[in-house]
Amino acid sequence: MDKKEYAELVKQTSPKTKEGRTILLAFVAGGLICVIGQAVSDALSALLPAFDKKDIGALTGVVMIFLGSLLTGLGVYDKIGYYAGAGSVIPITGFANSIVSPAIEYNKEGIVFGLMAKMFSIAGPVIVSGVSASALIGVVYFIIGLFK
Amino acid sequence: MDIFLTYLKVFAVGGLVCAIGQILINKTKMTSARVLVTFLLAGALLEAVGLFKYIEEFGKAGITIPITGFGKSLAAGAIDGAKDGLFKACTGGLAAVAAGLTAAITFGFVIALISKSKPKST
Repeated sequence: MDKKEYAELVKQTSPKTKEGRTILLAFVAGGLICVIGQAVSDALSALLPAFDKKDIGALTGVVMIFLGSLLTGLGVYDKIGYYAGAGSVIPITGFANSIVSPAIEYNKEGIVFGLMAKMFSIAGPVIVSGVSASALIGVVYFIIGLFK
Repeated sequence: MDIFLTYLKVFAVGGLVCAIGQILINKTKMTSARVLVTFLLAGALLEAVGLFKYIEEFGKAGITIPITGFGKSLAAGAIDGAKDGLFKACTGGLAAVAAGLTAAITFGFVIALISKSKPKST
């Protein structure tokens, strides 16, 4: 293999391996966060036998959101995110992080227009699209129900 | 052994969802807001067409802890509400995620109030 071939090989493989690493890290981090979520859910159903499946699901979300917010406040979550990429963004803890992180950053611009307004810079689009989609789905199901 | 297998499935499905997200980020340079919106809508759509419950049966928290689970709850609430008329069809989604949203907003507000802004360490 001469120098040219080698340079070609490096060019072909190096960005891919780096990409592969980010995907693997996202897989492991995302998987681990979901395992923690499953453990929280199992613990809650053992502790609160009176709660039904839906309530346990909602409560699990609340606990995970609390953990995500707390770790962001302590400055830990963004450090995890540096390595984990999408693995820390996509779980519900990442949604909490997307609220707390800009809220802390813009706190110095005032509580109302800094903290309270900027905390929705990422969560805002998520809530708008999610709530709109749910209303649309609800209306479609309602119309389908009329013909049943 | 059973519980180990359950957790292994949770890990695999959750990891796979996040790996797909990372591939999207790598290929399209999507920002995290766009990734979150995409996966939220994917979860809502999967619930609307009735496929979500099969993935949830297999992967449990692996699909409900990612933001897809938030979208699923929104859609499921709306579908449930649609049985009680048009009004509940519109409000059911937000009602179903009231706990999560309230938690995210209040925890976010309180924790941001008491945390100091740190210089980015990257």
